[in-house]
Amino acid sequence: MRELSIYIHIPFCVRKCLYCDFLSFPVCDGINYVNQSPHAKNERISSYVNLLKKEICSVSAQYEEYRVVSVFFGGGTPSVLPLGAVSGIMERIGASYHLAKDAEITIEMNPDTVSEDKLREYGVCGVNRLSIGLQSADDEELARIGRIHDYRAFERAYETARRLGFGNINIDLMAALPGQSVADYERSLRTVAALSPEHISAYSLTLEEGTPLYENRESYRFPTEEEDREMYALTGRYLASCGYHRYEISNYAKDGYECRHNKVYWRRGNYAGFGPGAASMVENVRWSDPADMGQYRDYVQSMAARGGEETKREPSDFAPERQILTRQEQMEEYMFLGLRMMCGVDEGEFSLLFGARMEQVYGTVIDKLCADGLLTGERGRLWLTERGIDVSNYVMAQFLFDRV
Amino acid sequence: MAAIDRSRIRNFCIIAHIDHGKSTLADRIIEKTGLLTSREMQAQVLDNMELERERGITIKAQTVRIIYNAKDGNEYIFNLIDTPGHVDFNYEVSRSLAACDGAILVVDAAQGIEAQTLANVYLALDHDLDVFPVINKIDLPSAEPERVKNEIEDVIGIEAQDAPLISAKNGVGIDEVLEAIVKKIPAPKGDPDNPLQALIFDSVYDSYKGVIVFCRIMEGRVSKGTAIKMMATGATAEVVEVGYFGPGQFIPCEELSAGMVGYLTASIKNVKDTAVGDTVTDLNNPCAEPLPGYKKVNSMVYCGMYPADGAKYPDLRDALEKLKLNDASLNYEPETSVALGFGFRCGFLGLLHLEIIQERLEREYNLDLVTTAPGVIYRVHKTDGEMIELTNPSNLPDPAQIAYMEEPVVSAEIMVTTEFIGPIMQLCQERRGRYVSTEYIEATRALIRYELPLNEIIYDFFDALKSRSRGYASFDYEMKGYEESKLVKLDILINHDEVDALSFIVHADSAYERGRKMCEKLKEEIPRHLFEIPIQAAVGGRIIARETVKAMRKDVLAKCYGGDITRKKKLLEKQKEGKKRMRQIGNVEIPQSAFMSVLKLDDK
Repeated sequence: MRELSIYIHIPFCVRKCLYCDFLSFPVCDGINYVNQSPHAKNERISSYVNLLKKEICSVSAQYEEYRVVSVFFGGGTPSVLPLGAVSGIMERIGASYHLAKDAEITIEMNPDTVSEDKLREYGVCGVNRLSIGLQSADDEELARIGRIHDYRAFERAYETARRLGFGNINIDLMAALPGQSVADYERSLRTVAALSPEHISAYSLTLEEGTPLYENRESYRFPTEEEDREMYALTGRYLASCGYHRYEISNYAKDGYECRHNKVYWRRGNYAGFGPGAASMVENVRWSDPADMGQYRDYVQSMAARGGEETKREPSDFAPERQILTRQEQMEEYMFLGLRMMCGVDEGEFSLLFGARMEQVYGTVIDKLCADGLLTGERGRLWLTERGIDVSNYVMAQFLFDRV
Repeated sequence: MAAIDRSRIRNFCIIAHIDHGKSTLADRIIEKTGLLTSREMQAQVLDNMELERERGITIKAQTVRIIYNAKDGNEYIFNLIDTPGHVDFNYEVSRSLAACDGAILVVDAAQGIEAQTLANVYLALDHDLDVFPVINKIDLPSAEPERVKNEIEDVIGIEAQDAPLISAKNGVGIDEVLEAIVKKIPAPKGDPDNPLQALIFDSVYDSYKGVIVFCRIMEGRVSKGTAIKMMATGATAEVVEVGYFGPGQFIPCEELSAGMVGYLTASIKNVKDTAVGDTVTDLNNPCAEPLPGYKKVNSMVYCGMYPADGAKYPDLRDALEKLKLNDASLNYEPETSVALGFGFRCGFLGLLHLEIIQERLEREYNLDLVTTAPGVIYRVHKTDGEMIELTNPSNLPDPAQIAYMEEPVVSAEIMVTTEFIGPIMQLCQERRGRYVSTEYIEATRALIRYELPLNEIIYDFFDALKSRSRGYASFDYEMKGYEESKLVKLDILINHDEVDALSFIVHADSAYERGRKMCEKLKEEIPRHLFEIPIQAAVGGRIIARETVKAMRKDVLAKCYGGDITRKKKLLEKQKEGKKRMRQIGNVEIPQSAFMSVLKLDDK
């Protein structure tokens, strides 16, 4: 049976963080923040959850032949969902998909929006991995980037989760925050490692155009690129000493706890995304659900209505854009996604997938990058050097073919 | 039409400072004379070219013949000859003026006389034209028609008290202008029975008819079948068609005779044969001598033009060929640059002319161009007595072979309100100007005269002038001649490789400053590479300035989740695409924009 991963997008946040450019909406409409009743708020969320369920069920026939090996609730902030929502969604997945017994089921959460009741619910409905967005152990840094929680709130959530028996927890940490020194970052890093989570994602802040942080960038001192790289090197070094290994550019895990779901993306496995803007790729066809909430609603409705139609249509037929990846595009992606992983890309696998030797296709590029000290390899595998990681965009761009 | 009564013809032009409303008045005159309905009027009928309309200036002279029923009950033929409005096209202006018998001087009621107004009026008076003023834009709240009238009388010395007060924009006072044309502009002289003597004031190339020559018949007559000769170029041809200028079209007629303005075609293949200013005569019955004032137009400003995509070289060549058909003042010859590959060294009348050609190549011929810094023609006197005219800095001989060098100098007139005299004089001093005089036009305005090296004003002088006078200064210049000067070639080295396309000639005293600014500018333009890149400026092998583009420390997308793959790929593609638009010099990739950005080195 072929494998499938499922991504569920929860596009709500209590408030958008100042650096975030992902698709999410505040739980309350900004204008009516004060006046909006909790009822109206719940109404909005529950109608969205119903839509999600509808989408999940209406396409399930398409995935009859697939075994679901991972589910990931991402966002946004999935933990803003009211009690009962996550289990309701899981119930639908369980009922209409072949959910593997050992599937990795992750939910992202914000320390401030989670409660003991919710955690209990997650455990009961099968969630076995938590990803907590801490970002920093320093309350001032948290405030500067617009996080709504403080370190204390995180600690409470983490302790509660452990007490309830969650044995696979990721903590998100950010480096290169405004006003942060290398020493500041090291304190956060040590604090987090001391808690001994199974997995740590540590990534540098990227200033995205259009975010409030970007607009106000003049008012902060951002770490220099030198400091940023120092933080990066420090992360690898220190976490290694604590028993974590780096398995992707920004991800660290204890043995046996690499995130299966994310590795599906980097290995180009099949995944189906549900929710506005969620991306799917199944057997080298890629599409996204409409990002606009209204259009997303129409999209789900029209898919649900196709039950009576004679010709069977793929979910991607309804998507605004569908891309059937050419062999060349597949090769490009194989290289630039695979190289994100420290184990790199595999020449044997490449031959098997594409019927051509990596050497034939990319020989010149690889030789040059190896000579420049950006790539290295042995025994049929190829991966980024430390310097190669620093300039990985440059390295990866070399694997794109010239467009005519 | 029966035989034309010369006393009912009026050949005139409109002269004005830029933006004072010349084209708008022309539109109104054409509209009023009734050949076009209001509905048919495209705004600014005379400015045909898309570019002209956008820039609000006239590049090629346009001419139109209209019929006016005057209050005296007679029907008059007006030939309105529109003149180019920029100093780059001074010679073409003078030839257009020579085709007229009078001129309407348009002066903005709020701004009064400007440098270009004066330059054009003097040019008109030099050609013995009868000039009468009209005061435009009287609808503006800041209009001061009385003050402007006095200014015209004081400064130019022509009668202005009965000048029509008009608003061309709103169509106010146009009838008065039309009557004034009849009364104040003299009828043409000349005798149709004399040998043919016609002035060429413009020509355009048409792919069916060949060159269409715009001319004013001074003496004699010309019709289909006349064998003609261009007296300066020596070209001969047989006339195929003659006619006059309808609005936006050519209207054939039987004959053109003394006093008339019109066109002729004669299967001429090249505008080079029909130089502006040349005299057309009858091959079999030639006039005694050509009309005065002809001169060969020389390019003043040169630059290298290269296709951004080397494969487009033949396209660029074809495009230049086509433009040249219509523009005898454009010169070009092939050249090769180590940095930029195959391209052309092109000569222009001035910087505006350069910009226009560049824009037309990019817009009408869809070419992506890399242009090198514009320069003037230097005269290099070698120790062996030979003199070479240098248009490409790369061709400068070894310093040991150079006795001395000369550069072109212009006489400039700058009109400015008195509060800005200080900053403007400072600017001129900075640009190696030699002060000549200051003349007060009235209590608050002055005309400053300077002699300036042409190479100091070709790129950003006009912008600097505007910014230092908050837009109030106006400027005009004419070539004065060549003067000896201490000049050196400034070379730019990127990662220790000399980049020929970035070399330029500069005065020795400015070399250090310019070199430093070039390096700074290039540092901004050249993206970081995996290695460190030194940028150096050198004169005669000696390094005078240096900047360093530091090695790229970090270029990594920290986070990459599922939905990001398309986005991530776009990012990588952009990075890759960016590289394509770069020029490879050694190991270094230099963006095309770097070659142009160095033109904008002004400190403001």
